[in-house]
Amino acid sequence: MAILVVAAHNGKTVRANVANAVTAAGQMGSDVTVLVAGSGCDEAAKSAAAIAGVAKVLQADDAAYANWLAEDIAPLVVKLALNYSHVVMAADSVGKNIAPRVAALLDVAQVSEAIQVVSPDTFVRPIYAGNAMATVQTADKIKVVTVRPTNFKAAAGGGSAAIEKIGGEGAKGLSSYVGAELSKSERPELTSAKIVVSGGRGLASGENFKMLETLADKLGAGLGASRAAVDAGYVPNDYQVGQTGKVVAPDLYIAIGISGAIQHLAGMKDSKTIVAINKDEEAPIFQVADYGIVGDLFQIVPELTAAVDKK
Amino acid sequence: MKVLVAVKRVIDYNVKIRVKADNTGVETANVKMSMNPFDEIAVEEAIRMKEKGAATEIIAFSAGPAQCQETIRTALAMGADRGVLVQTDAELQPLAVAKLMKAVVDKEQPGLVIVGKQAIDDDSNQTGQMLAALLGWSQGTFVNKLNVADGSIEVKREVDGGLENIKIKMPAVITTDLRLNEPRYASLPNIMKAKKKPIEVLAPDALGVDVAPRLKTLKVEEPPKRKAGIKVKTVAELVDKLKNEAGVI
Repeated sequence: MAILVVAAHNGKTVRANVANAVTAAGQMGSDVTVLVAGSGCDEAAKSAAAIAGVAKVLQADDAAYANWLAEDIAPLVVKLALNYSHVVMAADSVGKNIAPRVAALLDVAQVSEAIQVVSPDTFVRPIYAGNAMATVQTADKIKVVTVRPTNFKAAAGGGSAAIEKIGGEGAKGLSSYVGAELSKSERPELTSAKIVVSGGRGLASGENFKMLETLADKLGAGLGASRAAVDAGYVPNDYQVGQTGKVVAPDLYIAIGISGAIQHLAGMKDSKTIVAINKDEEAPIFQVADYGIVGDLFQIVPELTAAVDKK
Repeated sequence: MKVLVAVKRVIDYNVKIRVKADNTGVETANVKMSMNPFDEIAVEEAIRMKEKGAATEIIAFSAGPAQCQETIRTALAMGADRGVLVQTDAELQPLAVAKLMKAVVDKEQPGLVIVGKQAIDDDSNQTGQMLAALLGWSQGTFVNKLNVADGSIEVKREVDGGLENIKIKMPAVITTDLRLNEPRYASLPNIMKAKKKPIEVLAPDALGVDVAPRLKTLKVEEPPKRKAGIKVKTVAELVDKLKNEAGVI
């Protein structure tokens, strides 16, 4: 079976989660093609070709694809999809935007956020914020699947797939890109960081997040937050870990001043080791934490930062 | 301009769900049901547009069993003008709902459709995008802020790295993210008034839509449980455990 992985990229390299999507695709079939659509995306196509397990890269260069507007990318994917048994995207904000549009144009169902490939037509996916796991089977001829990157190991590098240039479909003129307000950060990206330091309402202000930044920087960690902290305006929306934010599964997740609402747990409970720091010993976060400290985070965090420093 | 909003009846977000013993699904009998929280945001946004004069009429759409009328009534109590229910006891998946909505959109000709970005039961995050595809309309997904201006909408979207601004042509489909607005509570007088607002009930057949599910659910299981660990007394003990037991720092 031939699988088409649609890769998001920044012009220079495909997103790190494409390597995870390629692994998932490899479990659905052996012949994996990656589509890199963009405007001037030679470098990105090369980065896709270097992922082990990729048989071919299709590079579609068209000004219409510069900003990944769903209305323009979807028709290209739909046209190519007819030659494949599966269309796979990482379940990030790009995949979630585009894949359902592709599925509807193909008149097929979409499997959202698969966490396991049982067989080429059967997948496990979380429902109810991860409080239940559904095994679903699709009978559609073309299977459109978004995969949760943290549940699939990233494919290695060192590949050398052939790059084939294909034409674009042009712009539909339905939407246009204006600009972005991206958070500037030197820290590792949340979903790929080995360590994540996350803060909740217990931090009490955006100012107090600076304390977590110091700790995160000492550990080389990404910085996250609970929905409560984002809603309170302490940090921007892209910090949010949870059912409707980002799903992370680092080696170490440190939850600070986070009570552990179901919604938040859904986004981090696959972390290898979880540490919880909270003043309320009844907080649900302690039910999933490997190591918990009950106490005042304003004392514990500086102490922890200093202790980490000495290592 | 007419605005169509979709409201889904789901298990209330405060309810701890239970997987059925026979693994066929999640227990829904005698469980509190409410409007999907993301759909409340959609209804609120439509009402604010009407209050600002950008919308003239708000139609609340739902699909599912007869009890979905209650969900539509909630939208009417918040401020929607009338309801449309496509009534069926069949299992409805996102593609089927998008097709039913398209049939209603073809009939009602709204200038804008606003839906929640995902429902908190199946967590699919598909229906809005699918509807936009079927209609050939533009889509503004995961919207944090929107501004209607001269036949187009300036949309601020929540994306992985932060926020993205795009401009989309109308008619369009909007899917709401959490921070678009804070939905109002319906006042008692408005709840009473909502009882008199009309709800049209349609059958999927009458709309010419085949709603047969495309995905077959083979089983539904409890997620693997994570065992609670230990409480440590001091930071020194924590650092020692992380270094020597877990080996993660």
